[in-house]
Amino acid sequence: MRTDINLGVNCAGIKMKNPVTTASGTFGFGEEYAHYLDLSSLGALVVKGTTLHPRKGNPPPRIIETPCGILNAIGLQNPGVDIVVDEILPRLQQFSIPVIVNISGDTPDDYGLVAKKLDQSYAACIEVNVSCPNVRKGGMQFGSDPAAAAEVTRVVKANTNLPVIVKLSPNVTDMVRVAQSVAEAGADGLAMINTLLGMKIDIHTMRPVLGNTMGGLSGPAVKPIAVRAVWQVFKETNLPIIGMGGITCADDALEFIMAGATAVAVGTANFINPRATVDIIEGIEQFLVKNGYSDVNQLIGKAHQ
Amino acid sequence: MKLMTAAKVTNRKHIMPGYNLLRVHAPDIAHSSQPGQFLHVLCSDTLDPLLRRPISIHTVDKDRGTVSLLYRVAGRGTAMLSDYEQLNIMGPLGNGFTLPPANSKVLVVAGGIGIAPLYFLLQKLSENGSVADVFLGASSAGHLLRIKDINELGHSVQVATDDGSSGYHGRVTDICSPDFISGLDMVYTCGPRPMMRALAKIIKKHNVPGQFSLEERMGCGVGACLACACKTRTGHPEEFTYSHVCVDGPVFSASEVVWE
Repeated sequence: MRTDINLGVNCAGIKMKNPVTTASGTFGFGEEYAHYLDLSSLGALVVKGTTLHPRKGNPPPRIIETPCGILNAIGLQNPGVDIVVDEILPRLQQFSIPVIVNISGDTPDDYGLVAKKLDQSYAACIEVNVSCPNVRKGGMQFGSDPAAAAEVTRVVKANTNLPVIVKLSPNVTDMVRVAQSVAEAGADGLAMINTLLGMKIDIHTMRPVLGNTMGGLSGPAVKPIAVRAVWQVFKETNLPIIGMGGITCADDALEFIMAGATAVAVGTANFINPRATVDIIEGIEQFLVKNGYSDVNQLIGKAHQ
Repeated sequence: MKLMTAAKVTNRKHIMPGYNLLRVHAPDIAHSSQPGQFLHVLCSDTLDPLLRRPISIHTVDKDRGTVSLLYRVAGRGTAMLSDYEQLNIMGPLGNGFTLPPANSKVLVVAGGIGIAPLYFLLQKLSENGSVADVFLGASSAGHLLRIKDINELGHSVQVATDDGSSGYHGRVTDICSPDFISGLDMVYTCGPRPMMRALAKIIKKHNVPGQFSLEERMGCGVGACLACACKTRTGHPEEFTYSHVCVDGPVFSASEVVWE
């Protein structure tokens, strides 16, 4: 890494040494990938969606490949916030990077209780998932209504002093309205986009493939939608954005940054290349050098100028 | 770092219509692999098809540092695998079979391409001086794989086909007679889920333990995405949990799995 190039960003009050993090649900709790890369080289680590109580998740099949993408319907399988706080987060301290915990709940109060438990933990930030398409209650139900998304944001903010990032759903008529609404409710940042609601049918069994019938589409197939969404929201709000949706390489990450993202998250690409995050960090640095920039912050929202 | 590598393809064969055998040079994997473990193989250098394919390790040659993969060409991804000079692989992944004590009475049941990981197991059993009974089941004679090689390892093979084109006319589980099963110490299997479910029921009745290699649609292969869920028992009879084929399996104890 070159000392004359600054890759560091400040995203919603979190100091990241580079703008690259992981998309919740695609990177477990980080440890699963510790054999493949040095986790401490990441700008931040966003861990699996965490709920108040443990969740079993959806029946299989939970994943199916689609053209340049995947549909998933995991259903927020997780060990519950107590295990995350007492056992998992303490283990992640060794990597000395900001850990962002993604949280979900059935009711706004659930979100508040989880936030409260995380407040005194090793977590550096809370990412509020109001956009999971794969659970019956909560999730996208909150994210598709600006008032409900704001309500969840307020409850979380009231229960923690940690920075709060709200993860937005693209499955709405107007993402800008939801973004503005959570901004007014006190959100410190935005993460976007979550997966797009989709479906696949097996023509031989004549049934939906996924155990949960519908699932969330991610991967390169959704990238243009995600870039557009970041572009629109960057124009209309002042909150820092963690951009994601189909990022597989540095060029993809740079598109998001130029659209207005302060940081980027790598998701589905981790499955294909476990070292995608570190490759992207290197690629961003090379781009800066090659194009005569000394600081990645110079490129944030560049495409709007 | 240590578990992802670009491996040179040293041999490729269409061993029967629809079945390919690939050999790759991967000395570290050849030395550390256990029967039942798998490799997660990238089948395209573009983004379509996107995901890696989990393929069980068929056999290893430690002296040459090679690993062989036997797989059914199931779709576009597996069809592309034989096109490359080099393959990007992750592995060995997952938990393999546990070998039985010497002189155990062992049955190995393979359904179709299920023989792929079991052949590696049969090699290890031979090395340990164990002789197994091997039951191979398939839809027809054209899908029976590796019979000659299994015989050469010193194991005895019986065959069942759905259409009667070879061996017993019917299901492979139909040749598992109660007298025979009840005298076994361990059953190893890999094959279609209905076959494994039927076999699990039979061995449970006779109190024989089984090690079953399962398959499920997989994402990451390392326990991060939680996609490859498999319903398993907890300590409580009324409860279940979802384990994951990639890290908790692919080999599970038959009694641990909830067979639905």
